[in-house]
Amino acid sequence: MIKFNNVTKIYSPGIIVLQNISFEIKEGEFVSIVGKSGAGKTTLVRLIMGLETPNYGDVYFEDINLGDADASKIQKIRRRIGGIHQDYKLLPKKTVYENVAYIMQVEGKNNEEIKKEVPKVLDIIGLKDKIDNFPDELSGGEQQRLAIARALVNHPDIIIADEPTGNLDPYNSYEVISLLQKMNQAGKTVILATHDREIINKLGKRVITIENGKILRDEEAGRFII
Amino acid sequence: MFTNFKRILTFAINDFSRNKGMSIAAIFVLSITIMLVTGLFFFQGVTGYLTSQIKDKIDITAYFKDGTSEQDILNVRDEILTMSPNIKNIEYVSKDQALSSFNDKHKDNPVLARALQEVGSNPFLPSLNITTNGEPSQYASVANILQTSDFSKLIDKVDLAQKKDTIEKIYSITSNITLFGILLGVILIIVAMLVVFNTIKLVIENSKEEISTMRTVGASDWFIRGPFVIQGIIYGVVAFLICILLSAVIAYFLSPKVAVVLPGFDMFDYFLTNWWIFVLIQLGFGMVMGAISAIIVVKKHLEV
Repeated sequence: MIKFNNVTKIYSPGIIVLQNISFEIKEGEFVSIVGKSGAGKTTLVRLIMGLETPNYGDVYFEDINLGDADASKIQKIRRRIGGIHQDYKLLPKKTVYENVAYIMQVEGKNNEEIKKEVPKVLDIIGLKDKIDNFPDELSGGEQQRLAIARALVNHPDIIIADEPTGNLDPYNSYEVISLLQKMNQAGKTVILATHDREIINKLGKRVITIENGKILRDEEAGRFII
Repeated sequence: MFTNFKRILTFAINDFSRNKGMSIAAIFVLSITIMLVTGLFFFQGVTGYLTSQIKDKIDITAYFKDGTSEQDILNVRDEILTMSPNIKNIEYVSKDQALSSFNDKHKDNPVLARALQEVGSNPFLPSLNITTNGEPSQYASVANILQTSDFSKLIDKVDLAQKKDTIEKIYSITSNITLFGILLGVILIIVAMLVVFNTIKLVIENSKEEISTMRTVGASDWFIRGPFVIQGIIYGVVAFLICILLSAVIAYFLSPKVAVVLPGFDMFDYFLTNWWIFVLIQLGFGMVMGAISAIIVVKKHLEV
């Protein structure tokens, strides 16, 4: 589903963030990308989402080379990805309801479907009573739950979580990881970028370890070892 | 497509109402710049009136030989009007009118009155005072017609030679006033455009994280850009409503005061006569600048 082919990303002369990265992620896999802060995890995630282009090499989403794809194709690919980020990336001037509805509006869904789906999703994640609140009126855990609701409402093919537990307490972190596992069990491809050792070791899934921009190891049922 | 447009409109209105502080600030700045541009237009009206008043004072006079009949002079007047398209006005002054005008002008000067009595008869000649649209070359052209056409035998003299320097000086002054007005206008409009652009830029910069999030979730460029463009237009429309009302009120209350300095120039009447131009300038400037600024600034964020 996702393929990196000798990808190198350089931000400025002397700053090589990723160097000759090659790997493949199949549909339905749960893959953790681990490494220290600054290892290149977020850059890798941004490359998958087409928010960055590699200086060398190619990134493929299914058979589409993201480096050659036009803006319209890339926007369509992003709609198939449910993104969960450390800083939540919520729309601060939209209410809880509007934040989730926005994703469906981007997809062009009609108003009836949105009115039916959004309250359902908010109920599942426990934010039904805060439907008219704005993100800055929610706790950190609630904001991340909102981000998850937004990521899942359109039933994406792939979920990318970039340090989703970075700003959460252990209870909320556990809930987020459990949810990702459930999504994967339901057939979704999940990519989790993290530097949390405990989470990785508990998951027991495939682990790609990045250090200094290079793949250190790529193991099925891997552990967090740096 | 219509659904998308409705959604974009809803986003714009929501953002406008939820960002009251920013919206008020943007409208305030837009209003100031629109009033500046409006002020330029009023200034143009005043200078236009001034220069036309000055140009109207310039004329050349063709003096006819004593004994030329009024009908002949009026025929010459009609003929000149057809021969030269630049003529603004021709006024016939008879011998008696010339004498009466002289007496009125110098009624406090007994020496001149006595001198006239000594002459005995009316020494003044009938004349045509000719005003053109302003350029010195037009007066020369009219003088040439007077001196070379068939009716030149009726003409005693044309006073272009005495007035030539004055005509050229006055034309130079009025041209410079007009040029200054145009230059000042261009500079101030550029400044106004930059101020509006930077104001809209500040408003949108406040939303750059939001724009980044919208890109991340796969929103199309116009789905992201649309609400900001419409917000820019809303700012322009609201600023226009404030400014058109202000312009009318200011013109109404300033009109009598301006008339003291410029008799004959009615500022409020100028506003009413040209109201559609004021609407065009204010609404056009506000809406167009608001929209274009939004498009340019959001484009920059979409490329990042």
